[in-house]
Amino acid sequence: MSAGAYGWLVLASPLAGMILIALGWRVLPGRSAGWLAALAILGSFVASVGALLALQSLPEEERAVTSSAFAYAQTVGVDVDLGILVDPLSVFMVLVVSGVSFLIHVYSIAYMGSDRGYARYFAYLNFFVFSMLLLVLAGNFVLLTVGWAFVGAASYLLISFWYRRDTATRAGIKAFVINVIGDVGLVIATFLLFSGTGALDYAGVFEAAPEAFNRNDGTLVAACLMLLVGAFAKSGQLPLHTWLPDAMEGPTPVSALIHAATMVTAGVYLIARTHPLFELAPAAADVGAIVGTATLFFAATVALVQTDLKRIIAYSTISQIGYMILGVSAFAYGAGLFHLMTHAFFKALLFMAAGSVIGAVGGNQSIERMGGFRFAMPFTHVTFAIGALSLAAFPLTAGFFSKDEILAFTLNRGGTLYPTLAVVGYVGAFMTAFYAFRMVFRVFWGEPVPEALVLERGDMPHGEHANPATGEPEDSDVGFPGPDHHIADRERSMKAPMFLLALLALVGGAVGIPLVSDTLEHFLEPTFAESAFIEQVPSESAEITGLVVGGLVGIAGILLARELYLRRPGSTLAMVARMPRLHRFLERKWYFDELFDVVFVRPAKGFGRIGREGIETGVVQGLMGGTSGIVRAGAHLARTVQSGYLRAYALLLVIGLSAMALYFLIVSA
Amino acid sequence: MSPGWFVALSAVIFCIGVGGVLMRRNPLVVLLCLELMLNGGNLALISFARMHGTGDGQIFALIVMVVAACEVVVGLGLIVAMYRRRLAIDVDSMSELRG
Repeated sequence: MSAGAYGWLVLASPLAGMILIALGWRVLPGRSAGWLAALAILGSFVASVGALLALQSLPEEERAVTSSAFAYAQTVGVDVDLGILVDPLSVFMVLVVSGVSFLIHVYSIAYMGSDRGYARYFAYLNFFVFSMLLLVLAGNFVLLTVGWAFVGAASYLLISFWYRRDTATRAGIKAFVINVIGDVGLVIATFLLFSGTGALDYAGVFEAAPEAFNRNDGTLVAACLMLLVGAFAKSGQLPLHTWLPDAMEGPTPVSALIHAATMVTAGVYLIARTHPLFELAPAAADVGAIVGTATLFFAATVALVQTDLKRIIAYSTISQIGYMILGVSAFAYGAGLFHLMTHAFFKALLFMAAGSVIGAVGGNQSIERMGGFRFAMPFTHVTFAIGALSLAAFPLTAGFFSKDEILAFTLNRGGTLYPTLAVVGYVGAFMTAFYAFRMVFRVFWGEPVPEALVLERGDMPHGEHANPATGEPEDSDVGFPGPDHHIADRERSMKAPMFLLALLALVGGAVGIPLVSDTLEHFLEPTFAESAFIEQVPSESAEITGLVVGGLVGIAGILLARELYLRRPGSTLAMVARMPRLHRFLERKWYFDELFDVVFVRPAKGFGRIGREGIETGVVQGLMGGTSGIVRAGAHLARTVQSGYLRAYALLLVIGLSAMALYFLIVSA
Repeated sequence: MSPGWFVALSAVIFCIGVGGVLMRRNPLVVLLCLELMLNGGNLALISFARMHGTGDGQIFALIVMVVAACEVVVGLGLIVAMYRRRLAIDVDSMSELRG
């Protein structure tokens, strides 16, 4: 089969799974919906591997296969196919997306086991993966936008999956609204590009762009900035990141899916996909790199002080995506995408382990309520620690190679801007290592909490049914989490994917070890062959220096966390007491939510109130009331004639006849 | 005699009928007054027929009488129906069609 046919199979499989589950939710017994969904994604993964093999059998310059199902929109000057593009970049993305998504599906089978919305959950999950695969495989900007919007809709459905939870539905709406801002950016970018190049498919746009636009042409920079708006909204970059921590209201595997495999990586993919445009508009690329760096720094500082376990991981995602954006904006595509892959591994792993811990404390997410789980849940502990090591870029883990690759490339770009960004990146890496092990030490080490002791005895603690954010009581019917919690140490279908991911988080870096193997970079080369920066690689000594510095920074962060949380417990509280303002600033996430509230939400609400009270009641209802008043008055007049008295009718008749007779008499006279 | 007298008489009879219809409340009297109006009209028809020396007006008067007979049948039927349902024999009390 050709690579194109495999591409269609990749899309068809989760779509079929979604439709089957959505239609058959009534008759699917037990956990079969979950297995069916997982099977659909496995089918996708197998097809991705097929596409990979088919692509590799082609000569290098032909490794960009387009396949069209039918003409989508065809009119004068516009020619859009429902077409996909299978090239090394998209195959790489579908492999990561479907592979990690499959493991998350398997994990969900047990994790969501007691939820009353079981089949609905898996239908949504399949839809989510389908949307992401569509986004990645799309062969033109129109289909890309479709996939882009689908992903936003799917994330809304899944974040507010527990729809009777007020906080969850609000988080879903927030995610959707911010994502729509990104959609609008993408659509405007498409318009700008189309007006310049007259094409909508990637190949056409990239081919026409160098002739249509000068270097740093105003229109092109605007288009690239709009692409960045789309990428930032989806990838949770400043200032459109606020939806991502709130998205933690969804079930934990959903967080893993959003953060690791799908959705947030879309922005990185978009920049990598449209790299010919960014190389033509380096000004926009600089903006991307600066925002990425600012985000990675901002999110790392916030992650230092958060107490919600999932939110810490969420901010770490924002931070890590910042690295990727920095990487692809600095034209280090291989490095950025390499980090995308390793991040998918260790972030999915961290979320799965976090889900297991959250299950152990009955749905609570605060690390204040956790501690000493290392004997109660040894498997979860080890896997979480591996994920944290990889996140902290501990030497020889997967995250180590990818993160340092990005920073080494950034340093290598020269000038004043990029080395500065790289230094900020190293500072961020230090903080990353610190907060990663803050989680490990706070959750798994220290004094065991009562739940840990119950687990050690072999029982399962029962969580109270309440919203962990607000404490509102809940039941366990559909729309709320199910009655039972599941932990990885006791569920084989949770254990297996975590084991695999832990393995990948440890050795997944083998595809891109600097100086030793560059499998990934070599594989991606055909996509970026035209890039002027493909040859600009750091020298060997620079690579080695980068690795050493990165490793040392990571280890230093871990040691500091060990010092503060294990050796001298309580010392962090003293630090908080000494710097209450800084702590509050970080805890409130740099007041971004408050800022948006003042700048956007409240004016919008005020505007709405003016509209409702002034325009709606004054103008609209006045007009409506006036019209109906006139009709009513006329009707009243007509009604009085209908007195019901026979004599009155007769009188009217006589008067009418007399009047007519009089008229004719006068006329004839 | 000139037709003027006949026509004047017919006008007087017609006006008496109109006045009765408009002013009386007893349906029986209203019906009688209607007959007066019709017969006033008939008188005018016959006068003019005689003036012109043709039979057209007379034929028309005969048709009016037939119509009047039909009308009386319907009207009396209504009055009997009112009586049998023990309603007040008063046209003003039958004002259910008031708008």
